[in-house]
Amino acid sequence: MARTGGSGMRKMLIWLPLVLFGGFFILFASGLLKPDDRVITSKLVGKTLPAFTLPAAASDRPPLSSAELVTGKPRLLNVFASWCVPCAAEAPQLMALKEAGVEIDAIAIRDARPDVDRFLRRYGNPYSRIGLDERSTVQIAIGSSGVPETFVIDGRGHIAYQHVGDIRADDIPMILQRLREAG
Amino acid sequence: MKGIFALLMLLFSTSVLAQSALPPAPYADRQISDPALERKAKALMETIRCLTCQSQSIADSNASLAGDMRSQIRERIMAGEQPEHIRTWLIERYGDWVSYEPTADPVLWPLWGAPVLLIGLGLLLLRGRIKKRRRS
Repeated sequence: MARTGGSGMRKMLIWLPLVLFGGFFILFASGLLKPDDRVITSKLVGKTLPAFTLPAAASDRPPLSSAELVTGKPRLLNVFASWCVPCAAEAPQLMALKEAGVEIDAIAIRDARPDVDRFLRRYGNPYSRIGLDERSTVQIAIGSSGVPETFVIDGRGHIAYQHVGDIRADDIPMILQRLREAG
Repeated sequence: MKGIFALLMLLFSTSVLAQSALPPAPYADRQISDPALERKAKALMETIRCLTCQSQSIADSNASLAGDMRSQIRERIMAGEQPEHIRTWLIERYGDWVSYEPTADPVLWPLWGAPVLLIGLGLLLLRGRIKKRRRS
């Protein structure tokens, strides 16, 4: 009795490596076939925007502090840099949003005032206020992992939405919708 | 002067990605003078994932954001903050993803359980072999 039980067990064990191989094969294949998603979203969405005060990043725009984003009306906080190529590609869409009546403030990451001035002269300036974040301190504090990123800040200073990457022309209605929802 | 500046810019330039022309933050590539604090900072930096080059730790990455994170970590440790507090702070912002240190989250239970399971299986096999040898 014990003998047959043992051999039955052994027979089962022979299949174990194959079963393990199959399991790993499915695991790796599904990992390989899944589209690559490298977007890191901020875990602060839905929470209060951390407090910060930044100096002015451009010659003709006032500096930015978190208190100035709490105006009772939803607005956009754009994280950009003059050295960032997709930020230039995003500029016309931000202009269009501004023309639609959206208030946009910005944080310039690892930037210098002359460079920001040149960037804004070249691609247009949709911003009300621009803060200079020379060492990415505020970027890290708000959970942003790159440029450009755009946050919808509701009237009470909460982060309502985060858009990672440049805003494309067909993203504009969605951004406007998010702003309405945050209001 | 201009030439020297241009040369410096060349020295500090990186060709990996479009990056900021600003010099690295003060403690991005400079160790803390107290070796004990530097060890603490280094251990933390090796287990914090770079947000730009996602398969590297911030200790290994040349990305400017990684440099800024290193500098911030060193400065906060010099100010007396505990490494695990900084880790928690970062996880609050970027999620568990940012830390290489496995947590006790239920999704990781198989990871913690696997070694126990495999050792158990090995012992079982070993017992079978020993029994067989004794019989013969």
